[in-house]
Amino acid sequence: MAMRSITYMQAGMEALVEELRRDPKTFHMATDAPPALVEEFSADRVRATPIAESAFTGIALGAAASGYRPIINWSMVTFSFVAMDQIVNQTAKIHYMFGGQAKFPVTCRTSVGGGTNLAAQHSQSPYSMFMNVAGLKMILPSTPYDMKGLLKSAIRDNNPVISFESTRLMTMTGDVPEEDYTIPLGQAEIKRSGSDVTIVALAWLVHEALEAAQMLEQEGISAEVIDPRTLVPMDTATIRQSVQKTGRLVIADEAGPTAGASAEIAALVTEDRETFARLKAPVKRVCALQVPIPYSPVLENHVFPDRHRILAGVRELTGV
Amino acid sequence: MLHSMLTIRHFEERSTADYHAGFIYGVVHSYVGQEAVAVGVCSALTRQDKIISTHRGHGHCLAKGADLNRMMAELYGRQTGYCKGKGGSMHIADFGIGMLGANGIVAAGISIVTGAGLAAQLDGNGGVAVAFFGEGASNAGPFHEAINIAAKWKLPMLYVCENNMYSSGTPAAKTVSTGHVAGRAAGYGIPGVTVDGNDVQSVFAAATTAVERARAGDGPTLIECKTYRHRAHTERPGAVDRRPPDEIEEWKKKDPIERLAADLIEQGLLSEAQRQSMDTEVLRSIESAVEFAVASPFPSPEAALADVYAD
Repeated sequence: MAMRSITYMQAGMEALVEELRRDPKTFHMATDAPPALVEEFSADRVRATPIAESAFTGIALGAAASGYRPIINWSMVTFSFVAMDQIVNQTAKIHYMFGGQAKFPVTCRTSVGGGTNLAAQHSQSPYSMFMNVAGLKMILPSTPYDMKGLLKSAIRDNNPVISFESTRLMTMTGDVPEEDYTIPLGQAEIKRSGSDVTIVALAWLVHEALEAAQMLEQEGISAEVIDPRTLVPMDTATIRQSVQKTGRLVIADEAGPTAGASAEIAALVTEDRETFARLKAPVKRVCALQVPIPYSPVLENHVFPDRHRILAGVRELTGV
Repeated sequence: MLHSMLTIRHFEERSTADYHAGFIYGVVHSYVGQEAVAVGVCSALTRQDKIISTHRGHGHCLAKGADLNRMMAELYGRQTGYCKGKGGSMHIADFGIGMLGANGIVAAGISIVTGAGLAAQLDGNGGVAVAFFGEGASNAGPFHEAINIAAKWKLPMLYVCENNMYSSGTPAAKTVSTGHVAGRAAGYGIPGVTVDGNDVQSVFAAATTAVERARAGDGPTLIECKTYRHRAHTERPGAVDRRPPDEIEEWKKKDPIERLAADLIEQGLLSEAQRQSMDTEVLRSIESAVEFAVASPFPSPEAALADVYAD
């Protein structure tokens, strides 16, 4: 495939634009309508809404019930909470509680994570709150390539899918094919192979974990880095297989640990008899501290995990 | 319209009785007394038009043309029900007839059905969408957010407020700032009309005007139907009805079905005998819906795992 380097944000935009071109039943709603998109697709299909996340989330659902494939963008995940009734009580349950009568293909894009000194409200990573609700799928890409391939799959999926997109990675560049491609939902990727320890990392922390793995290599420790890419459905098999091989698991997440995705991954690994039997050390979580995210860089940096904390976590398990 | 109203009345009386007899689970919210609203509005619609309902949803479903058997089977928790026993009274839908579902969250459906209005506008086929909700929902965010959007985008919508004067047990006088809901339309620059919600002809006339306006691309209308429910907010055991008994009796005298029947008889369009035979026929169809439900199997326990996601 012919490759070129684009940013994570551009990859998301390309996925959106190409899917809008591909399927006339798709349309986009957000509080902001990019002029270039309006020009190409018309103001009918690229709609600027009032600042009313609850309403346009519900509207997306109703349009989906009527044969459309809406894509909405809440912008920062903070604003999704304004639409919580529509997400939790309606979107997640509408297919099930009506006995599967209709399909609701709605894609909800939103940015997560910190590192931007935006303080407590605008630095959150609350995906586990949504993972707890049955009926939603969700992706969390860590590279431009994954962003484009996963977002396309999300848009084409016949279910509501939340696309959690990392604020820290927006300007990150990476190779993305010119041609159309998709990445199936529910497939983790081994970003780096190793044999001594498995690091399951999410979003930005995938890159921190890869840096940590490189440092560990110089110490003679071989780390395998796995990116789940999709949080629901979670690729449990790939994670368990890796841990069965290495016997050690570190989970790195920009969210806090309490009832987080990290807790879910730890449980998926330890409740499996075969995997549990091969563990050589307790499971280690490297997460944000369980506090609202503070503003001052000194405070914020202290709260978020990074490659150094991942290294420390690995050393705890390997006893080096 | 009389037939449809009688169907709702008898369905509600039977489902309430069967609930108290233990055949129907969870909860039912009786629509008795408000039949003229659902029937008056839905009579102005075609099959392709969309509606959305509330926790008190049986009437809207039936008025839109839902199948009695599948409705009763759903209340009975059976596999043959509209939602295969997954929804029950508060979550009945029939997407095939444009009934996008009853909803347990007050006001939530207003946003969702506005999306059906957007879809109709994008389709350009003259379809309209109708939100049914109570005066309580008009105090909630989705009412204001959705109507603002529908007004701005000129969506083919009817917002039909059934003002039965009580949000659960709390009088509307204590919660609706302006006293009457239709006046809120002015804040969004759309027509707001108030009609006697117990007079099906008035409801039908107002709905017809609003539907024409919507189909012509002129945008939404807010219709406030003044009505009253004959029974308590819910049938749940222990539910207290704090409404004044003489008020309830007063409204029962304004029964929308008796009113329509009397009008039709007075105009010579209906005889007592015809009314009787219509009653008998409707009761028979309800009885046969119950028989269908009783004869239908419960879903297998494992069916709880199906339908979480679409293929």
